[in-house]
Amino acid sequence: MAVVDSLKGFGVTFRHLFRKPVTQQYPEYKRPVYPRFRGRHRLHRHENGLEKCIGCSLCAAACPADCIRVVADENTDEERYSPGERYARIYEINMSRCIFCGYCELACPFDAITLGHDYELAEMSRDAMVYTKEMLLEPMHPSRTTPVAPADPFDVVEPGQ
Amino acid sequence: MPDGFILTFVKAFVLANLVMGVFAFLTWLERRLLGRFQVRLGPNRVGPFGLLQPIADLVKLIRKESILPEGISPVLYIAAPALSLFASLAVFAVIPFGEEATIPGTDWKIFLFISNPSVALLVVFALGSISFYGFLVGGWSSSSKYSLYGSMRAVSQLISYEVSLALAVIGVVMMAQSLSLTGIAEAQDRDGLWYIIPQFLGFVVYVVASTAEVSRIPFDLPEAEGELVAGYHTEYGGMRFAMFQNAEYVALIAFSAVASILFFGGYEGPWLPGPLWMLIKMTFFILIAMWVRATLPRIRYDKLMSIGWKVLLPAATLNLLVTSAIVAWRA
Repeated sequence: MAVVDSLKGFGVTFRHLFRKPVTQQYPEYKRPVYPRFRGRHRLHRHENGLEKCIGCSLCAAACPADCIRVVADENTDEERYSPGERYARIYEINMSRCIFCGYCELACPFDAITLGHDYELAEMSRDAMVYTKEMLLEPMHPSRTTPVAPADPFDVVEPGQ
Repeated sequence: MPDGFILTFVKAFVLANLVMGVFAFLTWLERRLLGRFQVRLGPNRVGPFGLLQPIADLVKLIRKESILPEGISPVLYIAAPALSLFASLAVFAVIPFGEEATIPGTDWKIFLFISNPSVALLVVFALGSISFYGFLVGGWSSSSKYSLYGSMRAVSQLISYEVSLALAVIGVVMMAQSLSLTGIAEAQDRDGLWYIIPQFLGFVVYVVASTAEVSRIPFDLPEAEGELVAGYHTEYGGMRFAMFQNAEYVALIAFSAVASILFFGGYEGPWLPGPLWMLIKMTFFILIAMWVRATLPRIRYDKLMSIGWKVLLPAATLNLLVTSAIVAWRA
């Protein structure tokens, strides 16, 4: 009967009143991202500190959003940035255009660029959305890192208090 | 005005501000409670437990631009929310929170009501209907289809449910032999029986009809956001919108107060002072209204009408007939 069923509904909502809320309190608690989450880019270095990027611009060519700008320059013995002949003098990613597809990662012949885990990319102006080489290059600023969930199991989530 | 003009003025000022304060608290409480009903947290950022959220909302609403849409009737458009709020607030002029009381520490005696007319119940229902004029005028003067539909729904809903509401209340009036709210509360004390027991059918009809009267879920069709954007207050923003919401909440508080007087003995109760009993009973009704909101979906408009005319009206009439027979037989 409709009336009885409605009354059952009151019981359901009353039980839910005493459940622990599933809300995750975001700025205090950051939900761990999946290991393969595609966030903010990183430019990597070799173990000897030299940049992996050689300024070949293949990432810029692969980018469907056309948000990467690379200007290459010659290495000299006095000023050496990367192991080969050339390096990226300017490496900029316009984060307001990037669609985080990861094609740059695939295109890179030296694994110099990968997509990291950081997703807090809000800025107050469009100009600030253009990330320069200094910002992208490792080591990253420690405050800009995002927790990563263990690979197994994926769905272990601690609800907020 | 049994206390004289100045004291009555002070009491009215205090009570109106108290009601507004309770309204602010209720918006917080409702959002927190709805959150917990839905296994969320609700607002918890502004102040401890989010208690300052109403103040943040107020600041935000006051700072909004005051927009007058094109094609409106400006006078009616501006007057409508004020009319609704005034009518809802004015109900508290006749709601008693107790009998005569002494202010602690002094020998001042004041009455714990602003006025006590012998037809208080009629005043309550008259003002409740005037509040709907605000919705009607606001929707009509907005020059918007959604607003007009919302206000037409509001008025037809009012007409459908006010009949049952009044009939449900007449049972109590006959038992108490009084239309005065203090008279009804005292009659329950005299009979030693809350009228919810002999008038249970009337109580159920009253609760359902008053939910429709303050247009809360599941009867919030005048502002059904699923189909009418926001109903009669679609074109309103800022503080004018807030006044409509305010009027609705104040009406909820007022109807809770009337329900606690009619069916739960009002301010009469053992051990505790009268106003505290009123507060406890009103809180009970308001919490029930929030629980209902968390549980029931909005009903369809034709069902709303058929519940009003085919279920509530016969039930209220039956209650009235049985009550009058019993009252006549006892007399």
